[in-house]
Amino acid sequence: MLENLDPVLLARIQFAFTVSFHIIFPSFTIGLASWLAVLEWRWLRTGNPVYADVYQMWVKIFAVTFGMGVVSGVVLSFQFGTNWSILSDAGGNILGPLLGYEVITAFFLEASFLGVMLAGWNRVGRRLHFAATVLVAAGTLISAFWILSANSWMHTPDGFRVGGNGLIYPTNWLEIIFNPSFPYRFVHMVVAAYLTTAFTVAGIGAFYLWRGRHIPHARVMLGMAMIMAIFVAPMQLLFGDMHGLNTLEHQPAKVSAMEGLWETTTGAPLLLFGWPDQDAEVTRYALEVPKLSSLILTHDFNGEVKGLKAWRADERPPVAMVFWTFRIMVGLGLLMIATGLMAIILYFRKRLFDTRLFQYWCMALTPAGFIAVLAGWFVTEVGRQPWAVQGLLRTEDAISPVVGTSVALSLAAFVVVYVFVFGAGSYYILHLIGKGPENGEADYGGQEAAGSTEVYDAEREKGGRHV
Amino acid sequence: MFSFEGFLDLPMIWYVLIGTAIFLYVLLDGFDLGVGILFLFAPTDQCRDSMMRSIAPFWDGNETWLVLGGGGLLAAFPLAYAVIMPAFYIPVILMLLGLIFRGIAFEFRFKAGRFRQVWDYSFHFGSLLAALMQGIIVGAFVQGIEVSGRSYAGGSFDWLNAYSLMTGVAVIFGYALLGATWVVMKTDGQTQQWARQSASYALCYQALFLAIVSVSMPIMNADIRELWFSLPNFFFLLPIPMISLVFLISIWRDLHAGREYRPFFLSFGLFLTGYLGIAISMWPYVVPFEITFREAAAAPSSQSLMLAGTAVLLPVILGYMGYVYYIFRGKVGRESGHEGAY
Repeated sequence: MLENLDPVLLARIQFAFTVSFHIIFPSFTIGLASWLAVLEWRWLRTGNPVYADVYQMWVKIFAVTFGMGVVSGVVLSFQFGTNWSILSDAGGNILGPLLGYEVITAFFLEASFLGVMLAGWNRVGRRLHFAATVLVAAGTLISAFWILSANSWMHTPDGFRVGGNGLIYPTNWLEIIFNPSFPYRFVHMVVAAYLTTAFTVAGIGAFYLWRGRHIPHARVMLGMAMIMAIFVAPMQLLFGDMHGLNTLEHQPAKVSAMEGLWETTTGAPLLLFGWPDQDAEVTRYALEVPKLSSLILTHDFNGEVKGLKAWRADERPPVAMVFWTFRIMVGLGLLMIATGLMAIILYFRKRLFDTRLFQYWCMALTPAGFIAVLAGWFVTEVGRQPWAVQGLLRTEDAISPVVGTSVALSLAAFVVVYVFVFGAGSYYILHLIGKGPENGEADYGGQEAAGSTEVYDAEREKGGRHV
Repeated sequence: MFSFEGFLDLPMIWYVLIGTAIFLYVLLDGFDLGVGILFLFAPTDQCRDSMMRSIAPFWDGNETWLVLGGGGLLAAFPLAYAVIMPAFYIPVILMLLGLIFRGIAFEFRFKAGRFRQVWDYSFHFGSLLAALMQGIIVGAFVQGIEVSGRSYAGGSFDWLNAYSLMTGVAVIFGYALLGATWVVMKTDGQTQQWARQSASYALCYQALFLAIVSVSMPIMNADIRELWFSLPNFFFLLPIPMISLVFLISIWRDLHAGREYRPFFLSFGLFLTGYLGIAISMWPYVVPFEITFREAAAAPSSQSLMLAGTAVLLPVILGYMGYVYYIFRGKVGRESGHEGAY
């Protein structure tokens, strides 16, 4: 039975699964690392212990999340070879150095100073500890730089030539690294990561306020998160729009799929909802706003927007997936902007920290960033299909010479293991959230009251043997 | 297009650099995988706490060398990466799953109350699986990989045979030796005493497996036999097994003389001679015995770009990694157990 499975589809599902699982963690840790650096800086500047307490609580959550990000990321660096060896061979000259630079500029930096950040609170001086936090934060951004450069090159390849043997050779590294879609994707993703963190932190802060616990800490969390929602969420709309226009220029089929537009149209409507039917080549039950799509994409009410039928059927992406995930992403982005507006109003009414309804609202939006990031990546990656490297290498031609059975079994193993890991990770993160920040836990240099742990240790001494 | 091709032998430099990165991975992750392999055998939970704390600040940095080995192979020898990964599809994935289980155990165990035992097992069996698979990959690698054109041409289970299983077990004991000597260095009291004992056992097995591999490789492959036993090669290469022997004896004596630091660094030496022996036997292949490192080399421009970055950054990386080891130098004390996030 397993022999009949299509290895291309399985390899795609496996990669989609492992990479989607992975991106959850960086999209949180990129923002969290920067926020921790800000918190520690505020603490060093003001001496206010609340900042240190909040830092201590979130650095533990950071550790768990970062650990899951590392282990799921190591998998990816091998899957290019195990599942997509033809892509690795053909594109290795370009993608290899970009990923290599990620390792030598970012991974070592993060991994080394993470140890200092987590275990060094009582071992190194304040300034060095702060430096470690800043270096880890810088590492996450540098890492995003290179991986998004490599990813963007696969969307908008530039600075290369194709050799007679079918291999791709670099001709201009600056054009490769700063390929046309890279600056947009980088800004869009980093800002998305910051917003993801902000809304997670806001949700937890709101939860404490709602429960009436850790009030001073919760105010720091919700307050700082709302600064992001007020100022950064609207900027993201602008960055997203710029990224979309860039996609229209370089990958117009993806934009047509996002719009659910089949016929090339002047004065194209914006579809709020609809059901794209790939076989019938129409979008059913469409709810349209006349001419808005042309206005957004061409900045002209009667501008021409290409429809999907302009491409051969085997060069179109799966439309429904792109269409829907795009709406999920944009919808959540709009909810984030609305949150910022509410926060402004409540702030000026001096009700930001004690409005029940707003606390529920923030708690409900805790996972908003994660869902929006995943949806956004589905738009861009599914929208690139059927290409692995746009215009150069089709996904079905990029796969390794492995049998479907191996891919199917390893996919099953990944699903089982990741569900277990994710479950355990969530359990401990929820546990840490439940515990909340502890007053004075972060007292510098002083050993905390060891009483309770001593009892615990004594208890464990009795029955510690496993073997 | 910038390139150092005119005045540097790029493929050669990268062959040596990738070899070095993989060796550093084996050493550094070797000792923390070794700690995981020994973990369940430790006499008390307190020993386990000390053992885990002794490697907690380092494991992530150590594992990054594996990513550099994989990423560097893709960058410098994409063809080799594209052949080797499908060839070892199953063991590579099992190794990664093992690394997942042990990696998460670090963060989870320190936070676990009731379920701490689950993470003890996860840490131990994850380390064991990763080490076994790495050993199996080495054993299968030295037997050669079937290639047709630019792709792997063998079956899904070509990597699995008695020989590769033997090397898998050999690597487990090798890592156990590194881990045990590390624990001797980083702990004291009961934990150290137990680790000393464990190191002695591991050393005996390590000697046995080194002997088996040294004898079997020339028997299995005529070219390797020719390389090692023809004159004058024989005399040039003789120091490698001789030095191994000296290391073996010194580690044994040091362990029983109560030395704390030397056994660990001598174990490094033992790994170096073993690794050199295998590396020399594989020369000049990057996919044995089909593709040489020159055939698999990436475009000169790609190798040059990576070399420029590596030349600048590798010393910096080694510098700050060394600094982190320096910060966390000395013995792991019980009282340091509640520091920061750990």
